[in-house]
Amino acid sequence: MTIATNVDSPRTATANPPVQPVQGNLGQAAVVRSSAGGPVAENPTALTPVAKLIDVSKCIGCKACQSACVEWNDTHPEIGVNVGVYENPHDLTPDMFTLMRFAEYDNPETGDFEWLIRKDGCMHCADPGCLTACPAPGAIVQYSNGIVDFIHENCIGCGYCVSGCPFDIPRISQVDHRSYKCTLCSDRVAVGQGPACAKACPTHAITFGTKDDMTALAAERVEDLKSRGYDNAGLYDPQGVGGTHVMYVLHHADKPGIYNDLPEDPQIAGVVKSWKGPTKTAGLAAIGLAAIGSVAMGLFSRVSVEPEDERHAEDLVDRAAAIPGGEGSGEGKDA
Amino acid sequence: MAGRRYSEPGDRILSRDPVSVRRYGGFTRLNHWFTATTLILLGLSGFALFDPSLYWLSALFGGGQPTRWVHPFIGIALFISFMILFVQLVRHNLFRREDAVWARNIRSVVKGDEDKLPELGKYNFGQKFVFWAMFWLIVVLIVTGFMIWYQFFPDIVSVETRRIALMVHSVSAVLTILTLILHVFAAIWTRGTLSAMTQGTVTGGWAFRHHRKWFRELAGRQRTDPAE
Repeated sequence: MTIATNVDSPRTATANPPVQPVQGNLGQAAVVRSSAGGPVAENPTALTPVAKLIDVSKCIGCKACQSACVEWNDTHPEIGVNVGVYENPHDLTPDMFTLMRFAEYDNPETGDFEWLIRKDGCMHCADPGCLTACPAPGAIVQYSNGIVDFIHENCIGCGYCVSGCPFDIPRISQVDHRSYKCTLCSDRVAVGQGPACAKACPTHAITFGTKDDMTALAAERVEDLKSRGYDNAGLYDPQGVGGTHVMYVLHHADKPGIYNDLPEDPQIAGVVKSWKGPTKTAGLAAIGLAAIGSVAMGLFSRVSVEPEDERHAEDLVDRAAAIPGGEGSGEGKDA
Repeated sequence: MAGRRYSEPGDRILSRDPVSVRRYGGFTRLNHWFTATTLILLGLSGFALFDPSLYWLSALFGGGQPTRWVHPFIGIALFISFMILFVQLVRHNLFRREDAVWARNIRSVVKGDEDKLPELGKYNFGQKFVFWAMFWLIVVLIVTGFMIWYQFFPDIVSVETRRIALMVHSVSAVLTILTLILHVFAAIWTRGTLSAMTQGTVTGGWAFRHHRKWFRELAGRQRTDPAE
């Protein structure tokens, strides 16, 4: 199967690319939000929202997704060291946009030992904390299909996105001082192909399509898991950030924290919102008012030294000079 | 020989007709203007990152990346420079009883009606307020500044702490700019003040009107000075 060239968003990651040239559709014309007042499209192309669904219950921890990610994005992660854990590398890096995180879970209810493997990476929030925190116009954009993308030539490397992200995802390169994270393969999706990780996944634990299709697929999977005894199976599509365009099927959706600290109810931190909202406005207003106020007061009043003061000063200096040590000892006598 | 209670060792009457008084030495003035320059550069580069509507200021530093890079280094320069200024000025900026009287009569100050105010030493309450506000704000700014200096200190605090540090850094920066506005305004509004930081001298009339205790002490020391 090959994909039709006129489709707005790809419906699957498994199809082969078209053989004829395709015009990418994730350019400026599809930008609906842009950091720090950067340019957005006036009438953005309305693309069907996409999503990547990661079914944790199907994952075998092979790391094919990581390899595919490195290959497609042409990154060169450093060769690491083995410290006795399965994570490789040990954390997300500017060269590793996705990472299998392994958790060993002793289920107290069943007494079973469970190996929980979660593919970590950017969640592509509908309300992205990184975009909220970013001070550089146009460095972070959101397309009409939901993908949140970093535009590296506008990035200044300040690290505010790291503080803004509720999932601790972006990483700043110490080489070019720009921020990197999963792009949801925006450069593949733009031309009708699904993300590299989803294409490489041998068990179809990672699937890709429209957000509606992925939600429906997740519902089927959840039902299946429930029938197998996972009563708390569910979809992770956190509403605190407006929903995400990367979603998980979890066998224990009631305890996301056991999957290597997946946040229970992620939101943009209140302090980040107020820093980027009222603080900015109130701060600039206060400075503006103070500046205008002091100029106005300076126009209408001043304190000047009178000729009389100069006379007093001369008298005082002359008298003191006549009586050595007379005035100098300090406490103002005529105060 | 009369001791110094209200003046610094360099302060003295330079001439008697007209009366001219030395207030700041060359080093202190250079130190002050260096600090001022770094503060303005920090304000401009900081504003660029504070609000998108002021991002264009980053062009003054060669773009966003250079602005992000240079801002913390200017901050360190300011911190060191300010602390050198601090140790020179702190002694006469300690609060005294007459400061409370002065502060209570702030209306007379604004009206320029200084007869109702106590005689003061080298600094009044307003000047001391600016001094201590700047000191504490700069301390908070440098501490939070290191916490958010992502390029060199990405791991010294947790993400949660860094969020708070970003907020505190921004608010402190705004308060610093407000203090700066007060400082510049007061120096210009009170005519005759600026020359203290440009030429290093003030007129006798200025000293008599605004800092009479300081002036009296210097007047009384005229003959003893050369023996020091």
